[in-house]
Amino acid sequence: MAEPIIVMEGIEKSFPGVHALSQARFDLYPGEVHALVGENGAGKSTLMKVLTGIYPKDAGRILYKGVEVNIPNPRAAQLLGISIIHQELNLMPHLTVAQNIFIGREARAGLPFLLDEDRINEQAAELFRSMHLKLDPRTRVNDLTVARQQMVEIAKALSYNAEVLIMDEPTAALTDTEIDELFRIIRDLRDQGVGVVHISHRLEELKKISDRVTVMRDGRYVNTVPTAETSIDQIIQMMVGRTIYESSPELPEQANPEVVLEVRNLRRGNVIKDVSFQLRRGEILGFAGLVGAGRTEVARAIFGADPIDGGEIWVRGRPVRIRSPQDAVRLGIGYLSEDRKRYGLTLGMDVESNVVLAAFNRFLGPLGWVQSDRTAACTQEMVRALAIKTPSIQQRVKNLSGGNQQKVIIGKWLTADTDILIFDEPTRGIDVGAKSEIYHLLNSLAQQGKAIIMISSELPEILRMSHRVVVMCEGRITGELSAAEATQESIMRYATMRGEILRQNSG
Amino acid sequence: METTQITSPKASIFQSDALQRILAFAGLIVLFIVFSLASPNFLTLSNVIGILIATAVNGVLALGVTYVIITAGIDLSIGTVMTLSAVMTGVFITFWDLPVWLGVLAGVTTGALCGLANGVMISRMKLPPFIATLGMLNIAKGLALVISGLKPIYFNDDPVFNQISMGSVIGAVIPGFDIPNAVLILFGLAILASLILNKTVLGRYTFALGSNEEAARLSGVNVAAWKTAIYTLCGAFAGIAGVIMAARLNSAQPSLGQGYELDAIAAAVIGGTSLSGGEGTMLGTIIGAFVISTLTNGLRILSVPQEWQTVVTGVIVVLAVYADIIRRRKS
Repeated sequence: MAEPIIVMEGIEKSFPGVHALSQARFDLYPGEVHALVGENGAGKSTLMKVLTGIYPKDAGRILYKGVEVNIPNPRAAQLLGISIIHQELNLMPHLTVAQNIFIGREARAGLPFLLDEDRINEQAAELFRSMHLKLDPRTRVNDLTVARQQMVEIAKALSYNAEVLIMDEPTAALTDTEIDELFRIIRDLRDQGVGVVHISHRLEELKKISDRVTVMRDGRYVNTVPTAETSIDQIIQMMVGRTIYESSPELPEQANPEVVLEVRNLRRGNVIKDVSFQLRRGEILGFAGLVGAGRTEVARAIFGADPIDGGEIWVRGRPVRIRSPQDAVRLGIGYLSEDRKRYGLTLGMDVESNVVLAAFNRFLGPLGWVQSDRTAACTQEMVRALAIKTPSIQQRVKNLSGGNQQKVIIGKWLTADTDILIFDEPTRGIDVGAKSEIYHLLNSLAQQGKAIIMISSELPEILRMSHRVVVMCEGRITGELSAAEATQESIMRYATMRGEILRQNSG
Repeated sequence: METTQITSPKASIFQSDALQRILAFAGLIVLFIVFSLASPNFLTLSNVIGILIATAVNGVLALGVTYVIITAGIDLSIGTVMTLSAVMTGVFITFWDLPVWLGVLAGVTTGALCGLANGVMISRMKLPPFIATLGMLNIAKGLALVISGLKPIYFNDDPVFNQISMGSVIGAVIPGFDIPNAVLILFGLAILASLILNKTVLGRYTFALGSNEEAARLSGVNVAAWKTAIYTLCGAFAGIAGVIMAARLNSAQPSLGQGYELDAIAAAVIGGTSLSGGEGTMLGTIIGAFVISTLTNGLRILSVPQEWQTVVTGVIVVLAVYADIIRRRKS
């Protein structure tokens, strides 16, 4: 093989509280498709953001065509010929395809400020011809499918004479035919000598498109292997192979069989596809899957935060219609968002206000005044019961640690008398000590007979906490596992099981 | 490959701002028919010319603010910046006895400088456009009062000045066809504004900023510089409006102007410019400006009290913005 076009060595990157990359490395040859895989949070995207100048690296070096380079910003990467296509596409929807591609570099007609629209369109058309792509340069981006918008991004990257093209989860929103066309274009580029980095969660896809696979785990480099000689099982093994730092799972006694929540054939657009499951009293039901699998969407749909297209929700044996979060709360369902600070708390207010926020009605006196002695008493009780560490109930919530903020939210839902609790990533951003406190709290809530759905992207957490595990992929439930059956490998297998595989297996 | 679907660029016309523009134009026609039937005094040459003149000032303001709104910004200061520009023109021509052309230049430059200040506050100091231009509204209002000494400045020494708005170049060429210059200036500026919006780099970046500012920035567009330029351009239009206004009234009225910004923003929105950015046309804005002045004129002819005219304008604006929201929700 020729010289590598990119070599990254010893890359270190820390964010406050997180060591995101540690001695990470990666290399890329011209004319290859190099897949980069790993669990959520393994550091794939961070590594590529370092390469494209979005994040500065703390240590390590980057060689481009054998020469050490400094890439301080995205512009510098672009000028070197390194382009990245983010999962969130960066296009201007009101502008045409050609206008998007050449934004900032428009051809001029005679005068320096006058646009030569014909030439811009002609240049774009030429670009599409070289990609064997049929696309009218004058189409507004708004009118294109996501797949076509992605093609526009690729064309834009190529127009900068990109020699390195990084694609972050390019297939996440595409249909199978669209993926085929994308792969055809990627192969064309590869044959023209472009080095392509393909970040993906879909392991079976790697076989189709990549030449080599690099696996990352916990911010570290694990291994680089030729795709053709490696099985998907081996890759999964490398992805999850960490030693489980938790001790034995703390499972409470077997759940009471009474079903308190049942979801039947829930559907919402492309994000929730025919989801059915049951939740029992006293049970912790783990929802596993990769980011974007549709778990949060299911939770929000049950909670009435998003409208549904179809399906039934049964609460305590009765069919219900939940049109808004108020309906859900009235039925005793509480949702603890993954983004506590945005959706869970009023940060500037004190502990007391937050705890009673969802249940003000219970503290109203005859004239509609809030009875502050009762709210204070209730809050004191919660602070004691949940062991919330706060100097007083008048402390503003933003001054508490992440773990204690989470407890305040739990206190809020308990005050509101909810007994079906949906925890979305309950320990995100919480340090290790506080995590185990949250785990204890979840366990004791389950023992008290609350029914709990716990959405988590951390497999050890799922394995440690859940009585049963439901695994989602692309809006579907692809597997349901008992605590005994659930292992990192079995969950990963279901979590990467795309629709086509399902159909093959059943048909 | 053969199955690749090609989306025609024409497919989007009816779901975009063009629809609202057509609606606005249809509304304008309906207004004309209704008022003509309701009053014999409405569809007379002198009244139609009155409507045209009334549109001139608001229309020029609206053309300028259309750029800003397309970037998903707002400029609340254009009304009082217009006043300040008129006062500066008065200072140059009447107080300092300078030639008319220099006075006109002073007015337009004053507007542009205020716009520049807005642009710097918004793009460099990162103030929200609403707050920055609200501040400028008061600054310009106060300066206009201070500089004029709270009194109108008359242009009686220079009869030429009044001709800028009320004379008729066309009337001199084609006798009897006495369309005032103010109206010609409006249409001339509308064509110019449309060319800038659609044919120049500035116009392209106006849409780009409103559509996805971050994408534009990542593509190497100097967002701060272009945004400043766009607010400066908007200020310059306010300056021109100030000159037209002063020439029409043959005086700079330091207490007039506040409230004009809302009519101008309303004109742009009625004409299909989206407050969330990325969409808008100068043709739509001109139609919107005519809708507002026709409505005001017609209601006055029908002897509807001034207070109620304001109420009706308010309702129209709310409906136009609501239509924009509905349109957005569908797409």
